[in-house]
This record gives sequence, C-alpha cells and structure tokens, in this order.
Amino acid sequence: MHGTRILDETDRLMTVCNSCRYCEGLCAVFPAMEMRRSFSDGDLNYLANLCHSCGACYTDCQFSPPHEFNVNVPQTLAIARNDSYAAYAWPRAFAGTFARNGLVISLIAALSVAAFILGFVVVHDPKILFGVHTGPGAFYKLMPHNAMAALFGAAFLYSIVALIMGIRAFWRDIGEPVGMKTDAASIWQAIRDASELRYLDGGGVGCFNEDDRPTDRRKLYHHFTFYGFALCFASTSVATLYHYLFAREAPYPWWDLPVVLGTLGGIGLLIGPIGLLAAKWKRDPVLADETRYGMDVAFIVMLFLTSLTGMALLILRATPAMGPLLALHLGVVFALFITMPYGKFVHGIYRFVALVRYARERRMMGHI
Amino acid sequence: MVDLTRKFDVLVIGGGNAALCAAISARRSGASVLVLEGAPKFYRGGNTRHTRNMRCAHDAATEILTGPYTEEEFWDDLLRITGGQTDEELAKFMIRESKDILGWIVEQGVRWQPSLGGTLSLGRTNSFFLGGGRAMLNALYLTAEKLGVEIRYDAEVGDLHIEDGMFLSASLKQPNGGVSEIRASALVAAAGGFEANIEWLREYWGEAADNFLIRGTPYNRGSILKMLLAKGVQEIGDPTQCHAVAIDARAPKFDGGIITRHDSVVFGIVVNKHAQRFYDEGEDIWPKRYAIWGRLVAAQPDQIAYIIFDSSVVTSFMPTLFPPIGAPTIAELAGKLSLDPAALEKTVADFNAAVQPGTFDHTILDDCRTEGITPAKTHWARKIDAPPYLAYPVRPGITFTYLGTRVNKQARMVMKDGKPAANMFAAGEIMAGNVLGKGYAAGIGMTIGSVFGRVAGREAARNAKN
Repeated sequence: MHGTRILDETDRLMTVCNSCRYCEGLCAVFPAMEMRRSFSDGDLNYLANLCHSCGACYTDCQFSPPHEFNVNVPQTLAIARNDSYAAYAWPRAFAGTFARNGLVISLIAALSVAAFILGFVVVHDPKILFGVHTGPGAFYKLMPHNAMAALFGAAFLYSIVALIMGIRAFWRDIGEPVGMKTDAASIWQAIRDASELRYLDGGGVGCFNEDDRPTDRRKLYHHFTFYGFALCFASTSVATLYHYLFAREAPYPWWDLPVVLGTLGGIGLLIGPIGLLAAKWKRDPVLADETRYGMDVAFIVMLFLTSLTGMALLILRATPAMGPLLALHLGVVFALFITMPYGKFVHGIYRFVALVRYARERRMMGHI
Repeated sequence: MVDLTRKFDVLVIGGGNAALCAAISARRSGASVLVLEGAPKFYRGGNTRHTRNMRCAHDAATEILTGPYTEEEFWDDLLRITGGQTDEELAKFMIRESKDILGWIVEQGVRWQPSLGGTLSLGRTNSFFLGGGRAMLNALYLTAEKLGVEIRYDAEVGDLHIEDGMFLSASLKQPNGGVSEIRASALVAAAGGFEANIEWLREYWGEAADNFLIRGTPYNRGSILKMLLAKGVQEIGDPTQCHAVAIDARAPKFDGGIITRHDSVVFGIVVNKHAQRFYDEGEDIWPKRYAIWGRLVAAQPDQIAYIIFDSSVVTSFMPTLFPPIGAPTIAELAGKLSLDPAALEKTVADFNAAVQPGTFDHTILDDCRTEGITPAKTHWARKIDAPPYLAYPVRPGITFTYLGTRVNKQARMVMKDGKPAANMFAAGEIMAGNVLGKGYAAGIGMTIGSVFGRVAGREAARNAKN
C-alpha cells in the first residue's frame, strides 16, 4: 500500500495496464510502466509526471468507465501529478500553497501589483508618475535600474533555488538506485521530446479534449505559450546584456532585438494562453483533475497578464500612462517570478526531469 | 436523428470490425448505409474492442512486420490448426485478400504498430493496432461517420423478414416498446456469434456452460444468427467449436477481455480439481497452444484447473491482473485452492522425480522433459521446488463460437437448398465457421472480419444498385 489513496489507485491501474499493454505505442508512460512489475511511490510519481494528459489511452481503453475495471489513467495520473507538486515543494512549509493555488496566486499577484503602485505613488511626485518620459533610461526615472535589477534578481534567484530543491526531491524519489546519475545524451533526448511535445499527440493523431475526435489544438497553443515565454525571456536576457555590456539603456527602439523578441513572444503569450484556457473549459471533465482548475487557470492567466501588461507598456510607453502601466507590469512579473515554484509552472520542470529519466532508462534497457 | 422510414441501400446489423468494414466499403461503393449496433455506444464493436492484432499475408517485411508471411505459409498454418476442417476455396480467397487489407485498413484511419512488448511472438505474422482494438474501432467509426454512414446504438433487432432467400426488412425494437420496420435493398449480417448466450451454449455443453466465462460483452447473444438459420440460411460449423482460452477463474463473467488470460502454463504444471495433471503443458510453443487450453479445461470436472508453478519463474511471463495465490509449501497451497493436499503433493513429487536434466530455453522446443509419467511434459519441464509455491485458478474463457451461416466468395449467404441468397451477406464471427472448423491462430478472427466485411459491403452495394 502507498502513502495516499490516489497512489493506491494509480498502482491498481498500472497493474491492470501492465497486463494489457495495448497503449504502449501512445506515449512514454506505458513503455516506462512495462520496465517494472511492481511500483514504488517514486515510480508512480515518475509515471504521473511523464503523462502529458493527451487522453488517448482513455478513449482507446476497453476498460474505461462504465466498465467495472474503471480504468481512467489520464484523470488518475493528473491527480497524482498535482499531489506530487506539493510533495516536492521547497521549503516544506510552502507545500500548502498548492492546496488553494488559484486563491494564493491571485492574492500574491494582487499584493504585488498593489505594492508597486503604492511604491511608485509614495516615492514619486504625481508629475513624474504621470509624466511623459522618452529616450534611454525612461523607465528608470520611475524605478532606478539597480533597484529593479536587485529586486527581480533576488526574486528570480530565490525561485531558481526553490525549483532546484524541488527537482532534487523529485529525482531522489524517482531515482533507482537513489542518486542515480544521468548523462548528456539523455538530457538532449529529453530536450528534444519536451520542445516538440512529442507525447502530446495521442501516438500520432493528436490529443483528445472535448470528445473522441483527436486534434492538435492543445499542442499548438502550448507551443505558442511556451515559445512565447521563451522569447520574452530571451528579450529580457538580451536587454540585460545591452545594459551591462554596451551601456545601452531601455527602452529600445521598436526594431531593436529586445523589442522584436519581446513583441513576438508577447503575441505568443496572448494567443497561447487564450487557446489553452478555451481548450480547458471545453475539456471533458472525466479526463482532468477538476479540483485543480484553480492552479491551472491561475498560471495561464498570469502568463496572459504578463504579456498583456507588457504589450500595453510597449504601445503606450510614450504617454502619461507609462508610469502606472510600468507598476502594473512589474507587479505581475514579480508575482509570476516568486510564485514559479508554487504553481503550475513546475509541471514543465518535473515533466522534463521525468523525460530525462525515461530517456536514461531506455538507454539502459538498450532501446536506443 | 436518423430517418428510419426511408429505404436504405444496405442495412448492416452489428457494430464490430466486420460490420464497420462492410459499412465503409458499401458507402464507398456509393450505397446509403444504416448500421444497427445492439450494444450501447461504450460497448460498441463486440469482440473487436478486445482485439489487438490481425493476421495478414505479406511478401516482405514492413515497417511493423519483421519478415515475410506468404500465402502458402498462412494456408499451412490454417490447415494445421483446423486439422483440415476449412473451406479451402474460401480460406485461400481470404488469405489472398488479406494482403490487400494491410493497406486498405490504414486508408480507413486505423494505425499499425509493431508487436507489443512481452506478447506472444507474433512480430512477423501479425500487425498490431496502435492503441488496441478499441482504438481501431474508434477510427473505423469516425471514418464511417465522416462518409455519411448512419449509425444507431442500443438498436436491437427483434425479427428479420425474409422470403425465399430475399431480405425485406428488419424489426427494430424501440425504447417505448414499439417496433420500427427498417427496409433495405441488401442486408449484411455481421452480428457475431452466440458466446454470451449461456442458455444456447447449454444446449450443446450441458451444465458445463454455466462455468464458462465470456471474454467479451454480454451483447454477443447470437440472436441474428438464430433468426437467419431459422429462416432458411444454411448452417455451417460444429456448435461446440469456439475460440476459447484458459482465463483467470476470478475474472468477471463477461468482458474481462485480454487482461484475464494466463501465459504461464509452459512454466509449470496444470492440475484439475482432483490435483491430477491432464495434458502435456509443454507440447509446443505457447502461441501455437494457448488456444487449446480453453477446451481442455472445459473438459475437466467442474471446468476448473490450476496452473501450479514456483517462485523461480514469476518474472518469465507477463505480469497478471490477478496476483498468484501463494503458500510456503505445496500442502498449504493445496489448502488455499481447496485441493486435496496429499494428492497435490504426490502429483508435484511425481512430476519433479520425472524431470530429466536439460538446458531450459522457452523460445525453442528445448530438451527439458519428463520421463515415466503420463501425461508427459515434453518441453520446458523443470522441477517445482523453489518456495513460495504459486497458483492461478483458471476456467474456460470463450471468445467466440464457430456455428454460423454458410457463405460464398462474395460473402453472400447460401440457403439450405444450396442456392445463393438474393440480397443477404454475412461477415465476421457469424460466418467464421466457414474458415475455422476448429482451432484458432492469433489474429485470424480479425482477418475474417475485415476481409469478408469489405467484400460483403462492396457486394451488398452492387446488389442494391441492380
């Protein structure tokens, strides 16, 4: 018996599935399952995070409800996966943030935005706050660059540390033997699998969402979101290099690399989250962990708001709205940064680690 | 909502592989098609929902098949498993057509994959459905719907109106208790065998039928087959013949599917309720023998048997849904199985004493055998002496029956007087007895379904036009 009721159920399902194996061509979960005859807590958490929730194994299963064997792999793994996020959270005291995640993220975002607005109002004369600022260093009239860099650098650093601690806990749990090493080839394989969402395609036809007709919609919108996020991150990185290496201060002209990257990424981060949200609302509840909609929606909305406020700032940066918009944008981004280890963001981290483990296992089993 | 008052070109009764292949093929030939599936939507497709592969002839290796499987070799295999009880002309026609099915079925949206991990060694002969039989069905239904085939679920046909070998209409039972007459220019009967109809099985098997487990849904009751035979269609096949395997006795009465089967027979011994062995567990490699064990167990008292093995072989076969029953001694194991401890101890001791030295290899017919006991175990015989001792209780699991309607190469039913029916065709398990007089080889049921389904649909559409 396992630690939780849902892990017991996951174990039961994996025992059913391991004696059937019809789904082994659909994704990575079932081949990974076939490498085992019994399942530890760590094995089950590994399989749960390896699942991309494409839903194909539910639609294809002859034993899914109303069959008495009641096999619902996507939903069961979704619940186990969401439980695992809390189990690996660092520090442990913050595991509870996953319990009512939608509320927690909303409150932190609201407080963060409020703090930036309040800070700007307290520090600045209204003339500066609602003034028109243009040219290099315009943003820093409202918040000095060093203050901005220190605050966001610290938040980012904290999140990285918390995420690394989570990864460490996850790797220890799923590693077998404990502390198992990996190798560059497995990591490279996992990067490829993650970057193309190889396992979000129902074995080739697309994933299942609202009915039994497969589509590639979720994959497409996830690509918009992920690559949008990556481009925004690249934009910030380039801007940081500009600042420190070339002493070129933001804002940059519209044709310059940070703006081009940020605009493209921003568009992706507007389209992607809307598409993902729409798919989520239409999704057949039987495939999902409905109790965690708050967490899913909070993260999607945070990404959307990051882009929306950023784009508004770009468009209106030469108007008196720049000051308030900057406060708004910084507030959202700050909240996004500090909540990264305590929300849906971690799904990508643990799934990537699971893909590394899977690639490694396959190599060890001589499949590649 | 389907307009049931119009006259359809082709009426297909049934909802599995054969029915859908017939419906798609008829529709592609230009016919209007109505499919009446007796089961609810979730249980649609009869036994197809539990299948995983199809046996098709091919002259060269493909992306998913490891080597050639010629028409001659397929024919030889069929001849061997049926002991010659097959319609040679029809069987050879099916084998020839099966080559084309590999590609045709992909055009209908079905996807292939290489042989499943840990399964019977079928990588060269059988093509596996990606995602299994229900995935295959889902693809066929999507294609049929896209083509404009009309489909009704929970559609039980209460009667067929047939005059002189000419189908006129079918009486569809309505939820309110009424009946709709469905008219069509041609009929394709693809409604399966009668394996879920225990009363009917009892006519041939007596009380033993009560101990049978049915591997598919409770909807395979053979009512269409019964009507056709009662209305002048020629019968084919021995009513006691069927595809039956030994499945776990703890399985549900219906629809336990693939996961209740056991692949461990060759690794141990099998005893009946008197703790006596009754057949050579190592006669041949498992893929060639798994299909005889259903009948073997059916012939034992109370239709129950026990696969007995020890802890040294637990990882030699696929993990099972139901865990083995275990005990530290043979006597205690016998107690848990309600067998006579002394009798089981003697059977195991006699077996162990008869085991000859040899080199174990489960992939070939190895030289591990017994000497001086009856029945002998002619391969893979190793002592059962590593506690804990383990057992699986097994019962006959009936997949499908072979009693059916006689057909010709057009899949057209043949009447009792030997004349071909005017407008009635049959495909799938309802006519499997034409090809399978007895015995079974993995994946052949699906070959019969797809090949004759496709032919029946095409011919029914042509018939309807004339």
